[in-house]
Amino acid sequence: MKELNRIQNPYHDDKVIDACSIFGAMDTTGKRFSGQGVIRAIANMHDRGNGLGGGFAIYGLYPEYTDLYAFHIMYLSQKGKQDVEAFLRGNFHLIQAEEVPNRLAPAMVNPPLVWRYFLEIGQRNPEGQAEDDYVVGRVMEINTRFTDAFVFSSGKDMAVFKGVGYPEEIAEYFCLEQYEGYLWTAHGRFPTNTPGWWGGAHPFCILDWTVVHNGEISSYGINRRYLEQFGYHCTMQTDTEVVAYAIDLLMRKHGLPIEIVARVLAPPLWRDIEQRPLGEQKLLRTLRQVYSSLLLNGPFTVIIAHHGEMIGLTDRIRLRPLTVGTKDNLLYLSSEESAIRLICPDLNEAWNPIGGEPVIGRLGTPLQPSPMAVTKRVPVLLRESKKYPIGKRTVTPK
Amino acid sequence: MKTYLPPQFLVERDVEKCIKCKVCANQCSFDSHYYDADDDEMKNRSENCVGCHRCVTFCPTGALMVRRNPLEYRENYNWRPEFIEDIIKQAESGGILLTGMGNDKGQRIYWDHLVLNASQVTNPSIDPLREPMELTTYLGRKPDRITLDSDLNLETELAPQVRLEVPIMFSAISYGAVSLNVHESLARAATEVGTMWNTGEGGLHTKLYKYGKNTIAQVASGRFGVHPEYLDTARIVEIKIGQGAKPGIGGHLPGVKVSAEVSATRMIPQGTDALSPAPQHDIYSIEDLAQLIYALKEATHYVKPISVKIAAVHNSAAIASGMVRAGADIIVLDGLRGATGATPKIIRDNVGIPIEMALASVDSRLRQEGIRNRASIVISGGIRNSGDVAKAIALGADAVNIGTAALIALGCRLCQQCHTGKCAWGICTSDLFLTKRVNPDIGSRRLANLLHSWSLELKDMLGGMGINALESLRGNRLHLRGVGLTDTELDILGVRMVGS
Amino acid sequence: MKYSQRTNQSVKIDASGIYYRELNTKIRELASNGTQKIELRNVFGQRYIGTNINKPVEIDIFGTPGNDLGAFMNGPRITVYGNAQDGCGNTMNNGEIIIHGRAGDIIGLSARGGSIFIRDSIGYRAGIHMKEYQDQKPKLVIGGTAQDFLGEYMAGGILVLLDLNESQYHKAKFVGTGMHGGVIYMRGSIESHQLGKEVGISDLEKADWQILKKLVAEFAAHFSYNADEILRHKFIKLFPLWLRPYGRIYAH
Repeated sequence: MKELNRIQNPYHDDKVIDACSIFGAMDTTGKRFSGQGVIRAIANMHDRGNGLGGGFAIYGLYPEYTDLYAFHIMYLSQKGKQDVEAFLRGNFHLIQAEEVPNRLAPAMVNPPLVWRYFLEIGQRNPEGQAEDDYVVGRVMEINTRFTDAFVFSSGKDMAVFKGVGYPEEIAEYFCLEQYEGYLWTAHGRFPTNTPGWWGGAHPFCILDWTVVHNGEISSYGINRRYLEQFGYHCTMQTDTEVVAYAIDLLMRKHGLPIEIVARVLAPPLWRDIEQRPLGEQKLLRTLRQVYSSLLLNGPFTVIIAHHGEMIGLTDRIRLRPLTVGTKDNLLYLSSEESAIRLICPDLNEAWNPIGGEPVIGRLGTPLQPSPMAVTKRVPVLLRESKKYPIGKRTVTPK
Repeated sequence: MKTYLPPQFLVERDVEKCIKCKVCANQCSFDSHYYDADDDEMKNRSENCVGCHRCVTFCPTGALMVRRNPLEYRENYNWRPEFIEDIIKQAESGGILLTGMGNDKGQRIYWDHLVLNASQVTNPSIDPLREPMELTTYLGRKPDRITLDSDLNLETELAPQVRLEVPIMFSAISYGAVSLNVHESLARAATEVGTMWNTGEGGLHTKLYKYGKNTIAQVASGRFGVHPEYLDTARIVEIKIGQGAKPGIGGHLPGVKVSAEVSATRMIPQGTDALSPAPQHDIYSIEDLAQLIYALKEATHYVKPISVKIAAVHNSAAIASGMVRAGADIIVLDGLRGATGATPKIIRDNVGIPIEMALASVDSRLRQEGIRNRASIVISGGIRNSGDVAKAIALGADAVNIGTAALIALGCRLCQQCHTGKCAWGICTSDLFLTKRVNPDIGSRRLANLLHSWSLELKDMLGGMGINALESLRGNRLHLRGVGLTDTELDILGVRMVGS
Repeated sequence: MKYSQRTNQSVKIDASGIYYRELNTKIRELASNGTQKIELRNVFGQRYIGTNINKPVEIDIFGTPGNDLGAFMNGPRITVYGNAQDGCGNTMNNGEIIIHGRAGDIIGLSARGGSIFIRDSIGYRAGIHMKEYQDQKPKLVIGGTAQDFLGEYMAGGILVLLDLNESQYHKAKFVGTGMHGGVIYMRGSIESHQLGKEVGISDLEKADWQILKKLVAEFAAHFSYNADEILRHKFIKLFPLWLRPYGRIYAH
């Protein structure tokens, strides 16, 4: 989208400020499930948003096209569509193109066209350039050069559906009930300075990485300047974008695992680092020295997802909420516990993670019980004895 | 010849209050007060008064007042009294006008045109009294990335890093320019607070070797006191190319201040003027700087960061880029308002640029070139309070140096007579009678108090912005706005106008 | 909304799909009419339940109530059969909140009276800025542990942490940071580096034990524990060292 800045940030503020609700669900066996529950859960947190943005990321939804890049692109005009389609044909093998199914909904005012394209690179990438970098480059081109077009997502076997409306309205509009995926994330937005622009909603996506985010990052100014040194163009001017690019830099380019990346984005306090064993101290201290400009300060909870992993992370002093729920192979992350309980009342465990400690769901890795979820382990000794009758209590809640 | 210069200050004594205790006469090192035995009265030689307030502060009855001589000239916007009197002095001496301390002229002070942000509603301010607030910073070269082995252990070895508990250090002030007691006060305060002090170009007195872990040893053009033990003792070694008070020329220590001890430490004859060369004679071009930097790295076995200090001048951005590529681990920029013990007045007031602009352009340039992480940036030159410090960090500095502020904490009143060696406060003098007036026990306490106060204030400001770690403010220019600046100035500072 | 009224004494409401505003209006209405007990079923995230009610009504909640449960409350007793979220008892004046499960952050924020009993663990900043005046003393008793900033800026009231899962060693940091009133009783131990610099540790005195026994007995009664067994253990007391912890950081 040409002049993306102007559309995304019409008042030319330092950045776009959001407050929100977030939700994530993953089946760690890889079993695909319907998003009905996720949609109900995010709708339950209706009051955290203001209807000016909602969105979903779904992983595993295109089993017929698992090896193709699935581009979801929105258009504000036919010209935009024509130009971009020509561009796509020139830079990829276009295997399949169609409008993303949607249904008429009174809540959706002037929805843009949203189409999806299944693409193969087929050696179009120059010698020595990785396929991923090629895709990232083409997406950046579309997002900055073409009028009236914006890429929602560009990963394989995953997609982002988003727009202006409450998340449940977006789900209704894009007929999300027909999809199944093994990992879903969802977001409801409360922006303060970008009304009416579908591209501004979360999740933010680069390749198959998506980020949904609640909070406001007070270190944004320097996080962004630092990433720009490495060639990232922060055109969206949002915290979410900066988180996504930071993940891309640290995980994809620098090859660091997510446990280490969490320690870069939400490092322990210096005084806490000094309490750790020596080897760990050196690592944590070095991370903080080298990547000081990527420390995310201020309140945040993010759910980051890519194929195979869903990660929940909060800021170091836990200024934003996150509840984790587990049920057998299912991992739930939510801004509020009630949203999880609505769709899964009988969780194995529910807890609030400590600030700065990531919660990671990984394909093929069974969920570990959390040290914080200690409800079931009270010694029998402490249970009631005859001296204290039960009294009028406790039917186990339905 | 008779001088045509009028007295600069007048001393007024409230005779009712004066108890003739003679403290003023004892304290005044400029011979302004004296006791007239015949008249049994305290009297003044106003023409000697320099306005240092020592007598006013120590008079037990508050009987004294010092005022600027109200002698009036006919108004002349161009020929201000200062210029008239400078010419009179030059006509009488035929020499370069010397002065002390920093530029007192009206070039724009950008700190006063920058304001800071605070969090309101969209994210919370953080309560520094009760929630953790981290001012710790590490100076030194950092790589672009780290590498881990297969067990997720750290493989990367970092270049030497120096930890500061607060982002404020003491500027280079040479032994000779100031007394040993002042050096000791600086060393002890730095050690107590967990920051660094700088020997300046006069070498390090052996008495202070024990503070080596918090010492920056300067290697200036005169190479005074530079010997292996000096380099070994220090934590950081700093090559001084220039300083803000006198860009382009070398250090100045008038002979009157070269005492026996100074002579021993600097290894020059007692009573000679120590005029450092203008350039470092082995650095005539950028590749020479690289050569010296690596010479020092070899000499210190690569365990100490090497810092390079320059005065802030027109091409600071390009020069800084060269310095970083030449291997400097820390670059120090000293701006137009940097202070000194002695400098030609004309150079102090007319040469160099304000540090705010230098900092902004250097930080931006290094980031554009993708090399900002290779060196820490430290700035100085008239940092007056913690507000200036916060703004400096936001523009991109890793830390700031304070010189004038530190001396004011010890008693300095900026009377600009440092070059005479007669400092009544006992700060910038070698006169053993006067140097006693700075007691290192008290001096170090005062300096530590100053740093302590500023760190509390910094924490309040950081918390207000919703930040609890200094690195989140560093270079974060979105937390600054400019007031009353032109578009070009805003552009160079990389800061937006208030209201936008 | 569906509700059945047995008698004037007790009403059942199925809160499925009911927006919080409607639900709370009904609750307030029932409370003003003198209803003594209200049972809410299928509660999922409705906020502000029990807010600013000053009648001594009993509200039983089955499900997961939303944020700010019992905010500004002034008399009712709320019992939750499940977990609660953030802000329970926010600026509460009087009344009781009993939670058969865990709760989230800022529990008892600025509470000025009343009691909160939580069977399991809670999140960050519990009891932050709790206050007391004469016999208006808020009490917060937690069966599990708490996370960081427990009792931050506490000016009054009583916080009790029982750690019944017997980890013996609380992991919260910045406990009592800014504390200048009130008291915290902990079952088990804590290291001094986990405490705010305004906090002192000591053993309990006779008067402390009396207060503690009473609170533990109430807690045990609610959740069917053996109070004696709970009390038969090392307890420590955390208290503020100074009335004016910040008296010396300002220069006039």
